[in-house]
Amino acid sequence: MATAAAAGAHEAHEHAHYTTTGLNHRKIAMWAFIGSECMLFGSLISTYLVYKGRSVVGPFPHEAWTSPTGQVFKPILNIPVTSASTFVLLMSSLFMVLALAAVENKGKPGYEGLLGSSKFWLAATAAAGATFLGFQAYEFTSFVHEGLTIKTNLFGSSFFTLTGFHGTHVAVGVLWLMTMLFIDMKRGLQPKDAINIDIMALYWHFVDVVWIIIFALVYLIK
Amino acid sequence: MASHAIPTHASAASPSSEQTGLWSWLTTVDHKRIGILYLYTALFYLLVGGLEALLIRTQLAKPNLHVVSAETYNQLFTMHGTTMVFLVVMPLSAAFFNYLIPLQIGARDVAFPRLNAFSYWVYALGGLFITLPIFFGLAPNGGWFGYAPLSGPTYGGGFNMDFWVLGLQILGISSLAAAFNFITTIINLRAPGMTLMRMPMFTWMSFVVQFLIVLAFPVITAALFFLQFDRFFGTQFYEVSAGGDPLLWQHLFWVFGHPEVYILILPAFGLVSEVLPTHSRKPLFGYNVMAYSGIMIGFLGFGVWAHHMFAVGMGPVADSIFSVATMLIGIPTGVKIFNWIATMYGGSLRFPTSMKFAIGLIAMFTIGGISGVMHSSPPSDLQQTDTYFVVAHFHYVLYGGAIMGIFAGIYHYFPKITGRFMSEKIGSWHFWLNFIGLNLTFFPMHFSGMLGMPRRIYTYDAGQGWDLFNLMSTTGTYMLMIAGLVFAYNFFSSRQRGAAAGNDPWGAPTLEWSIPSPPPEYNFAQIPEVASRYPMWDLKAPDRTEGIAHSHADAATIADAHAVPVHEETERRSAKELGIPMPFPTIKPFMVALGILILFSGLIVLHAGHFALAMATMLGGAAFMVGSLYAWLTSPLE
Repeated sequence: MATAAAAGAHEAHEHAHYTTTGLNHRKIAMWAFIGSECMLFGSLISTYLVYKGRSVVGPFPHEAWTSPTGQVFKPILNIPVTSASTFVLLMSSLFMVLALAAVENKGKPGYEGLLGSSKFWLAATAAAGATFLGFQAYEFTSFVHEGLTIKTNLFGSSFFTLTGFHGTHVAVGVLWLMTMLFIDMKRGLQPKDAINIDIMALYWHFVDVVWIIIFALVYLIK
Repeated sequence: MASHAIPTHASAASPSSEQTGLWSWLTTVDHKRIGILYLYTALFYLLVGGLEALLIRTQLAKPNLHVVSAETYNQLFTMHGTTMVFLVVMPLSAAFFNYLIPLQIGARDVAFPRLNAFSYWVYALGGLFITLPIFFGLAPNGGWFGYAPLSGPTYGGGFNMDFWVLGLQILGISSLAAAFNFITTIINLRAPGMTLMRMPMFTWMSFVVQFLIVLAFPVITAALFFLQFDRFFGTQFYEVSAGGDPLLWQHLFWVFGHPEVYILILPAFGLVSEVLPTHSRKPLFGYNVMAYSGIMIGFLGFGVWAHHMFAVGMGPVADSIFSVATMLIGIPTGVKIFNWIATMYGGSLRFPTSMKFAIGLIAMFTIGGISGVMHSSPPSDLQQTDTYFVVAHFHYVLYGGAIMGIFAGIYHYFPKITGRFMSEKIGSWHFWLNFIGLNLTFFPMHFSGMLGMPRRIYTYDAGQGWDLFNLMSTTGTYMLMIAGLVFAYNFFSSRQRGAAAGNDPWGAPTLEWSIPSPPPEYNFAQIPEVASRYPMWDLKAPDRTEGIAHSHADAATIADAHAVPVHEETERRSAKELGIPMPFPTIKPFMVALGILILFSGLIVLHAGHFALAMATMLGGAAFMVGSLYAWLTSPLE
């Protein structure tokens, strides 16, 4: 905030509105939104856990299954591949931190070159998000080929719904990142714009944290 | 103030600014005009929901009547509940949130004026989406609680419940967007000196309600997504043959549904907490405790959902926990009742219509509260569950509580909103018809319920001891309809011809009464500085707050603040003259709302079997929504 105020001196038309707490309106609203998202994902995750092990037919996440016709299905979750995509998503949070730092400190000593390139870090975050989505698309299609769709059993319904909702959130985040990247390329983001990146980062880190929980509960715990 | 005569020229009756015409209403971002839109829309749906109730009661007037068909009856009771909860009481509360919160905290608008318009338009379009199918015999027919698997594809095929599932999703977007907006507004737009513990009690209760909405609505959103996916994409969440748990829906629904009860009642509690001190000419008794008990009610409200499910057999441990939690919630609620009574005790009481309704709420809500505590005991609840006793209970809290409180609010704030008084004489008729009608309708239901009459039945045989009680309930309902017409007449005739009211017709203590009625578009020409809970009384009647803890603490600051500029009618100037930046009117929020409606309608087309058309509708709707959203976000606010 302080840096934003310092750099905003030549932005005379940006008249500041009074706020009771001194915080930005949108930042407070984003926290309220995240609170509500916690309840949404809480409900989705609880439903997945309640239905764990209750599917009448396979394929199952962690156990092999032999169908009545004698066909054998391996445990369907591919933990090494998803570990890789999880790593990519975790790294994207790091890139997001660097993107915010680059915007906040634009033009300051120590932020010349790559570290101060908000375009690079925004692009890197978006790319990591898109890579995660690519992994998810690969995972979904391979599951369908192996015989698990959203209609197959309770596991399929709750798994695809939970991870699909998360993937949709990542996709919205990527769209948001690309919008900010577009603005950055068009007019260059300045320290006064940091609040916009800050709010986007709040969302992005939240989506990332939700994935850590999903990864632990769905993939790692048998 | 009231004595100074105001000529009945246009300014007393026209809306808060000179803009008129359909386009100005479609594009408005003024919280007061949006509040008025909410008010009129919700009052229209009150008429719709009332007519549904009238048909239900006509069908049940006597044994073995066939006024409507059994299928129509199912649609009527489903739509009556859905309409009253989601299209009447919540939006009526939203009308007051919109109109009053910025005025009470000394702000010029809400934090996000365009998001506010968006909330209204999503509500208005979602309301049409869920209501219009009744003209085609396709209205939802599975109860307002939509229990799956009954509402799922196996037992609830056809389009009826499609409209319910999708309509509730649309309405949820409206409530959530509004809640983010009001949370931000209350946290961040309070005038200087307006600490949390100086906020008017209505704003306090609204604040609690927004948190309930933010935390409860996502749960039903998830439950509705499961049901939506079951119905449209063949998932198996509620499919018992696939191992689906029939209790999953009930748990998720009531985790939302019980906080929803407090979402409906707390705004009414807030309104009567404004009316009672004003007309008792005495500060609210135990302000802090009132605020804390509101928070306690909200907090405990999340821990009692399974008392709606005692009959499913959750076992003694779960039953006991939820039973105790439910009894606990009676404590903060009881505290509120006693504090209202203590507020009146020793006051110099006046009894305008708003006060009658406020006192009516205390009495009627107490009856509903007592039968509520009876339900908290599982052995007792098992006798009453799914009988008319439960219907009696929740109508005493929702009609006797929420609706009475909202009427108190309408009579109290009508002069602020329109600049004119409602007729007290007709108001008195309205109150007494309403009061007698409500008791005649709902009190006998305790008896028919205890005698075993189940809820939601289409008709019944004579000779079970229910006949008289049903006839009484039906008579009462007709009386309530007459009361509603009396109210409508009073509302519209007073709108035209009511006596002019000044800034502060009731001698009320809070900020909204310091500005003209109706308020100018910018609300406050100068943002007030607040030094106490009762700024208007500090100026006009300092003796009323003497000896009250809050003003002792603040006595020094009050003395040198003189901070509330009281505006005279003659001071009315436009925002431009005063150099106050106002947000631009914009159609974009309406367009985004329309995009959402088109997107959801695509699923109905999908169910009808037109795959290509459905995809085109959904993608078109989504593209329209995203495009409008980008246009909105990239255009300046003011």
